Amino acid sequence: MHTVINTKSPYLCGNFLQARLFNNAMENNTLVAAEATILFAGDSGDGIQLTGDQFTTTTALFGNDVSTFPNFPAEIRAPQGTLAGVSGFQLKFGSYEVFTPGDLCDMLVVMNAAALKANLKQLREGGMIIANTDGFDAKNLRLAKYPDGANPLEDGTLDAFKVYKLDVTKMVKTTLEGSGLGTKDIERTKNMFVLGFIFWVYNRQPDITIRFIEQKFAKRPEIVEANIKTLKAGYHFGETSETFMQRVQVNPAKIESGIYRNINGNPATAIGLIAAAKKSGLPLFLGSYPITPASDILHELSRHKNFGVRTFQAEDEIAAITSAIGASFGGSLAVTTSSGPGIALKTEAIGLAIMLELPLVIINVQRGGPSTGLPTKTEQADLLQAVYGRNGEAPLPVIAAQSPADCFNAVFEACRIAIEHSTPVFFLSDGFVANGAEPWRYPAAADLPEIKPNFATKPEGDEKFLPYKRDEKLARKWAIPGVKGLEHRIGGLEKEHETGNISYDPDNHEFMVKLRAEKVERVADFIPLQTIDNGPEKGRVLVLGWGSTYGSIKTAVNRAIKEGLSVAHAHVRYMVPFPKNLESILRNYDTVIVPEMNNGQLVKIIRDRFLIDAKGISKIKGMPFTADEIYTQIKHYCQS
Amino acid sequence: MSSLLTELPAEAFTSKDLVTDQDVRWCPGCGDYSILKQVQTVLPELGLKREEIVFISGIGCSSRFPYYMETYGMHSIHGRATAIASGLKATRPELSVWIITGDGDALSIGGNHFIHLLRRNFNVNVLLFNNEIYGLTKGQYSPTSEAGKITKSTPMGSVDHPFNPLALALGADGTFVARTMDRDPIHLRTILKRANEHKGTSLVEIYQNCNVFNDGAFEVYTDKKTKADETLFLEHGKPLVFGNENNKGIVIEGFTPRVVSINEVSANDLWIHDEHDRVKSDILSRFFDEVSNVAHFPRPFGVFYSEDRFCYEDAFNAQIEESIRLKGEGNLDKLLSGNNTWKVD
Repeated sequence: MHTVINTKSPYLCGNFLQARLFNNAMENNTLVAAEATILFAGDSGDGIQLTGDQFTTTTALFGNDVSTFPNFPAEIRAPQGTLAGVSGFQLKFGSYEVFTPGDLCDMLVVMNAAALKANLKQLREGGMIIANTDGFDAKNLRLAKYPDGANPLEDGTLDAFKVYKLDVTKMVKTTLEGSGLGTKDIERTKNMFVLGFIFWVYNRQPDITIRFIEQKFAKRPEIVEANIKTLKAGYHFGETSETFMQRVQVNPAKIESGIYRNINGNPATAIGLIAAAKKSGLPLFLGSYPITPASDILHELSRHKNFGVRTFQAEDEIAAITSAIGASFGGSLAVTTSSGPGIALKTEAIGLAIMLELPLVIINVQRGGPSTGLPTKTEQADLLQAVYGRNGEAPLPVIAAQSPADCFNAVFEACRIAIEHSTPVFFLSDGFVANGAEPWRYPAAADLPEIKPNFATKPEGDEKFLPYKRDEKLARKWAIPGVKGLEHRIGGLEKEHETGNISYDPDNHEFMVKLRAEKVERVADFIPLQTIDNGPEKGRVLVLGWGSTYGSIKTAVNRAIKEGLSVAHAHVRYMVPFPKNLESILRNYDTVIVPEMNNGQLVKIIRDRFLIDAKGISKIKGMPFTADEIYTQIKHYCQS
Repeated sequence: MSSLLTELPAEAFTSKDLVTDQDVRWCPGCGDYSILKQVQTVLPELGLKREEIVFISGIGCSSRFPYYMETYGMHSIHGRATAIASGLKATRPELSVWIITGDGDALSIGGNHFIHLLRRNFNVNVLLFNNEIYGLTKGQYSPTSEAGKITKSTPMGSVDHPFNPLALALGADGTFVARTMDRDPIHLRTILKRANEHKGTSLVEIYQNCNVFNDGAFEVYTDKKTKADETLFLEHGKPLVFGNENNKGIVIEGFTPRVVSINEVSANDLWIHDEHDRVKSDILSRFFDEVSNVAHFPRPFGVFYSEDRFCYEDAFNAQIEESIRLKGEGNLDKLLSGNNTWKVD
């Protein structure tokens, strides 16, 4: 038997494969592969996310480039064994730069029949299935809705794949015999056995996970012992069954030199906020109401009180943002985090922040909509909400993150613009970047730019303080309570220019509407120009992306360029205002195509702003684009 | 930020210093004028620094208030002043924060923030101008309007059962619950001072006459002919007496209050007001026009209840200090690197 990784993966075929798979050879009975994609799947109570996280951390520390895609149901514990309850974690790791969690996987690890049924379409032909046979008993098969008497592990329907069966339940019971633990606790260690085994397959040491277990269950030594024992048992089982199983070695990636860590999008966002607070000398305040998939930012920030971070779990979404507005009035770097439905509730308060012209960062970790929609699935359908979704003429800057680690840079930028331009700023992330992970060549604190708050100081002599007087950015000064001589009133009613007094004057209103719009447009003078990420400066097709589609587009465009197609990739971070050169870039290509996980939103803005006949590519399935889907479209437009 | 906030001694100011250059735009004869006047009179006596006073309001007639106070102020959006004040007080505990709200603002659109403010017990003062009507939108019934009220939006009479604001505040575990009225300046000033002294959320319901859309709503409490029999002024440690020459009193039998003639009982048998008695303050708050009240009671004014309970912002900020004590001041480089790193050459 000879396992060849990825040769049949649809987008890794032909010349491209030759170009990308190097050193694909056998060494000491181990196959050396350039990359591998694993999908762990099981019941939402099986510890799949933890298993995936642990494998990711270990393989990232080993030096691979990694990209992950956790995919789980909205229910915390959907009925056991059912298709609705399947939780998945896909990761791709490689010895070169990896931009997506992979289209199809090489190895599918399933804890039960439902996990197999739900995910088999994700496995490439010839791929490997590692199945926990205990999860394929009559009851599990029935719950997974297999026909009576049919068992895919036995009936030959999986002949196109290599199936490797393990009775994990039996093996953990044997391993922990005499441990004194109850059946329930013993069965909870099943994921550790599987993880140990997969560590062995990919030649990764379990040390980091052992350290993790010791910390996580520090208060329950018997659980620590059991989990470590099972983890090691899984690893050793690999060794003793070596004759049946091909091990795979994915060597460290040749990526930019430096010191790396592994990071998910939500923690990267949280760290970015703390960094911006430090660099601006402001205390950080978060007003938040729990919502999937944004809550982890609240969790992460609440752990860092020793940075002076104040997290306020408000009574609702409206209080979350309005408390942040109150904190901003008081001089904090104020932030609110949410997802689509919560953002909808905050809308009126965002308008208030625009009128008050106070710094505020509004974070939307987008999920499938409308309404409650698909809480745990990813989508990019809140762009128009961020750009336009308020009463009145209410513009604000909008910034989008393109990958988990990029959340750090993007949210830091959002803070900088909010503080230095005295405006609320939208930061858009989504479920995919929020929960996904990748290695991050993190910066040194000293290398991060300073952010300069625009505080007002007491006016000279008899001069009256004018709260709405503006600087060259059209930003107004931040006059915080407690400073003598700056007493002033602000509010949601239209302001008179400079004095900030209530004004119903028709000319003043039109002037102020245009002034607020100009203030946001002027941010374009203080952001980098748009760059071409990949490909020629002029050509047949430009793929214009934003947000979390970055990895899929990058991978697809890489492939298309290697195949000789005339295509380039530009990825927009500054959604409002656009970089000043964006239009001229767009005009350098015959066709602009815009892949989005929505029904066509950026494409609508591009068409509106520039009268360019850009073409939208939509995917609205709660799942990220595969690179192959984008590649197919590139090919279509290059040939048409 | 902290460098801006140098410690200056409190500089005396007068009520005139609190008047802004903006024209007051309430209707002539509105009860709000009196409240504004009393607030401007009391504030200079409280030993506060003017630059540390902040008025935050929502939407409604009363919520224009901050524009007329030469302090820091924010006229925000409908119902949210309480939540905005929470964020401000949480981060700037040294500020003297005053929330200006109305019956619609606090009890209808802002009902949720109102109860959460009370339970969290931020050290702020809430002046709830209750005129039992929507004035700014020109006369619809409010959540405190009596059932059956005929207004523009209820031509056949409102079918809503009204809120009892003080019972609501007590139900939300408010730590300072008081009532006063626009037409009794001395009492109003006394209660404002008490509210400021109380450490915790001080809720002051102020009966305020809307002379345009709900004129005379509280007339029985101010009209010389009815005032004595219809009002009951509470004082801690004093018996509950009212009526002409205090000829009536309240006794409590079990949990049942009863109006008595002062001659019927000895002074010792009268209900002695105890601001710290949770159960009795609840009963007092039920001296209200409710169908379930068989007997008619005078309307109490004064401090119903006060309790010393820790304030949210104190515990909130103590956690920051405790965290720094336990873990040391946060190190950004350590945060950036996390616990697991690797080197790529």
